[in-house]
Amino acid sequence: MAGNAWRSMLSQVVGVAVRRPALCSTSLPRGMHTVTMIPGDGIGPEISSAVMKIFEAAKAPIQWEERNVTAIKGPGGKWMIPPDAKESMDKSKIGLKGPLKTPIAAGHPSMNLLLRKTFDLYANVRPCVSIEGYKTPYTDVNLVTIRENTEGEYSGIEHLIVDGVVQSIKLITEDASRRIAEYAFEYARNNQRSSVTAVHKANIMRMSDGLFLRKCREVAEAYKDIKFTEMYLDTVCLNMVQDPTEFDVLVMPNLYGDILSDLCAGLIGGLGVTPSGNIGANGVAIFESVHGTAPDIAGLDMANPTALLLSAVMMLRHMGLHGYGKKIETACFDTIRDKKVLTKDLGGNSKCSEFTADICRRVQDMD
Amino acid sequence: MAASSAVLSMSKIIKPFWGGRLGNTVKVLGPTLTSSRGKSSASPLPAKYGGRHTVTLIPGDGIGPELLNHVREVFRFSCVPVDFEVVYVNSALSTEDDINNAITAIRRNGVGLKGNIETNHIMPPSVKSRNNLLRTSLDLYANVMHCQSLPGVQTRHKDIDILIIRENTEGEYSSLEHESVSGVVESLKIITRNNSLRIADYAFRLAREKGRRRVTAVHKANIMKLGDGLFLQCCKEVASGYPDVKFDSMIVDNTTMQLVSNPEQFDVMVMPNLYGNVVSNVCAGLVGGPGLVPGANYGRDYAVFETATRNTGKSIADRNIANPTAMLLASCMMLDHLKLYDYASLIRNAILTCMNETRLHTADIGGQGTTSEVVQSIMRIIQSKGQLTTEL
Repeated sequence: MAGNAWRSMLSQVVGVAVRRPALCSTSLPRGMHTVTMIPGDGIGPEISSAVMKIFEAAKAPIQWEERNVTAIKGPGGKWMIPPDAKESMDKSKIGLKGPLKTPIAAGHPSMNLLLRKTFDLYANVRPCVSIEGYKTPYTDVNLVTIRENTEGEYSGIEHLIVDGVVQSIKLITEDASRRIAEYAFEYARNNQRSSVTAVHKANIMRMSDGLFLRKCREVAEAYKDIKFTEMYLDTVCLNMVQDPTEFDVLVMPNLYGDILSDLCAGLIGGLGVTPSGNIGANGVAIFESVHGTAPDIAGLDMANPTALLLSAVMMLRHMGLHGYGKKIETACFDTIRDKKVLTKDLGGNSKCSEFTADICRRVQDMD
Repeated sequence: MAASSAVLSMSKIIKPFWGGRLGNTVKVLGPTLTSSRGKSSASPLPAKYGGRHTVTLIPGDGIGPELLNHVREVFRFSCVPVDFEVVYVNSALSTEDDINNAITAIRRNGVGLKGNIETNHIMPPSVKSRNNLLRTSLDLYANVMHCQSLPGVQTRHKDIDILIIRENTEGEYSSLEHESVSGVVESLKIITRNNSLRIADYAFRLAREKGRRRVTAVHKANIMKLGDGLFLQCCKEVASGYPDVKFDSMIVDNTTMQLVSNPEQFDVMVMPNLYGNVVSNVCAGLVGGPGLVPGANYGRDYAVFETATRNTGKSIADRNIANPTAMLLASCMMLDHLKLYDYASLIRNAILTCMNETRLHTADIGGQGTTSEVVQSIMRIIQSKGQLTTEL
């Protein structure tokens, strides 16, 4: 019993740590990786095609499989994603997703939630690095927020006790806390990060955050090469807006992660330039842009593909294709620093296609 | 008991007049409507004898004791008619006698000034946070924090002037937790209609009093549909009774993002407990740090003043480098509450002069002054105004 648990834990840890080998079906040329691309809604299709164009210019060994994700009712009345999308993801294990809209009162849960549940995406990783060409009051930001994505305050368990009294339940479990802590330390080790900070409010939520903290401490014992600190949520917020350089990797439960990851995104310039990745059990990873669908500019060639592009770069690094990742990232940053063809949200007035073309040109010039 | 029935009868008088405008809220808020932020004739007045007020002082841990000593020094120097009843709370003990004594003392005096009491989370979970216990026992339902950019302090953002009103007794801080199955812990977040209406009404009344234009409710109702949904609904109901104040709402993660890029857009913000914790710390960081912002906890009958970000400051304790500004400004808020307005403005102006003109800053805002130097400088400025003082 314990042996199985140990083995599965070990394989989980190893599965995340080991570089992804080339996933080849017999029909793919050697070295090509399949990635499921979910364009999304609104500006999703435009920015996805921008990313695919840039990857083509960089000659990255990626074979895209486009799938659409809508909620359909499966047998038994449960909402699920279309089976062909699920099959593609299970085979390729890597996905790149554009923004998905959540219609209000559609009767089905949000698409993001469905994806999360289907693939057990337990860790949300958001590296926040200041972009040289995009000025914000904060320079030298270089941190990563790792957020537990399945439980915590977002379990969705709420009750109306009596009229006028509502109770929301925050769930913290040992397994989920251990899993996220292990992922955080593995990530820190694989990406040459020096410290991991657990963010909590164990002075108020003694048992729940206390459990989370205990698990983090236990996992830290196995990673003596990485410094482990713990800090209250309010202290982190206070220090983050004064001096973000003192933070490296942050690991935390769901709600704090939501707030802090958006806070850090705000530090570097907003959701339009922030990459994000969701890591699931069984080696599945879906990288996404976290901004909205922007229906008001959809189809007008005004969208900024930076967020999706940087998420795609994160994906390349996850797959071990560091060379291509660096090339595309450098081209993107150079274009932004140059300030000649910026999209409207970055302060320019060029079109999305012009921005994309500029990056493609730079990537090709690099070869 | 007699007080509340007197107040309820007062609300019956007021109800026909306000009834049309406020509707249901009067039924719930009868008692609170009649009491102003200070004291009404129905609820107990702060302890005053022979022209001198008595205030409960809880030194707390870390930098609390030294900063409160400086407050006493400044008060003694300026001949402020306030006497302090000091109550010590030992955070290392697991019995609750100490904090109960402190709570009784605050009930007796009506007003308190406190440092933060440390919560050792190595101790078993049955030992609850002393600060939280104090707030809930005295029903200090509104935590008010005014974040203002000070001209003498270098910050990344300018022109910040945000009033943050945070629900202080329920929400995530209900301290109701249990381990249902081994390895699975549940923590309950409670939102009630009464408390939400109460805090929303407090926020709108304060906004109107201070001439503020806009109140923003911060929530996460897209995820916590019932809990934060109820809070938002209560805010909307109260907003309809204040047509001169604009009301809008924002989701908490978007709020933090907007705060770090564009904090000038916010005016008054009202929110449940945990989001209040995050937002108030972010705002305090934006205006220059935890050493600058005072905070106040108001209940119907009691008021307790402290620094806004409630830090113990263990690492800088007893080194004479802590910033006394936040605690001194909190004591000025307390003087305003006691209606000693002249003393309050005297000390406040001296603090701001020291900060902006003589630029004597402590290490946390980039200077090299010590705490005692700053306090001496403030006292010298008070003396120079011609106020009657004791020897320097």
